[in-house]
Amino acid sequence: MVKINGNDCDVSGMTISEYLATTDYDPKIIAVECNEEIVPKAKYDETVIQNGDVIEVVSFVGGG
Amino acid sequence: MDDKLIIGGHEFNSRFILGSGKYSLELIESAVKDAGAEIITLAVRRANTKDQENILDYIPKNVTLLPNTSGARNAQEAVRIARLARELGCGNFVKVEIMRDSKYLLPDNTETIKATEILANDGFVVMPYMYPDLNAARDMVNAGAASIMPLASPIGSNKGLATREFIQILIDEIDLPIIVDAGIGRPSQACEAMEMGAAAIMANTALATAGNLPLMASAFRAAIEAGRKAYLAKPGRVLSRGAAASDPLTGFLRD
Repeated sequence: MVKINGNDCDVSGMTISEYLATTDYDPKIIAVECNEEIVPKAKYDETVIQNGDVIEVVSFVGGG
Repeated sequence: MDDKLIIGGHEFNSRFILGSGKYSLELIESAVKDAGAEIITLAVRRANTKDQENILDYIPKNVTLLPNTSGARNAQEAVRIARLARELGCGNFVKVEIMRDSKYLLPDNTETIKATEILANDGFVVMPYMYPDLNAARDMVNAGAASIMPLASPIGSNKGLATREFIQILIDEIDLPIIVDAGIGRPSQACEAMEMGAAAIMANTALATAGNLPLMASAFRAAIEAGRKAYLAKPGRVLSRGAAASDPLTGFLRD
């Protein structure tokens, strides 16, 4: 199992690109972190999600 | 008059840094325009697949984005958020904001100094939000800060310049731009801080809680510009007692 933004997801074995394609995220406006390491956009195709990974997908929101 | 605000080698004409929290995305464009703002703050949060709106679509392209590290409780978390913000691809400015306390939302100066050093060494233009303390501000300068952002009063309180005397000390002693951030609720307070010599004002809640946001943005703009001009004009002295006539003391219509 993989944690993505706090939710359990059964996506181990997929690449970041493959996972994002299953979601409604707009890849242009997000950043992805895997186990507290940033995954650069250029590595989405080659980064394979492992069982136990903790992934965060973030974007900008309004703030002070 | 050539009077630029310079932060980390970048020049700005506006001295009003706008927050983008707590109001609708549709109002951002007019807020930026009416504020005359050239810098706007943003936060980083978990992305939401339901709400597809992209805040960046509402911000004019010539405006510099200033992501904050809100949500960080220590230096390590702030560094992590700052790097994610940079990965979002909108420059290398960051407002370091670290809070351990959720009641008063006061910044942790010690952790902020640590985060400032790490991020400055990593190439960020670091603008630390801080409790106005001269020693901490000096440490932030030495850590590589590009400006210092002392609070006027607790975040979102609209209470104004509760820390006035301590902000004045920073203005007098620190060679970086002092940008008063948090707690400024009214244009008159922003004007006063600018008259004191603050380099800029950051405001969010004052606008978000106003009855008419764009009108309040333009009121703040005018107040900040007025305060800046007054500072440059060097305000006149205050008598400790007595009076000083403005009119000639000769030629009265009597003998």
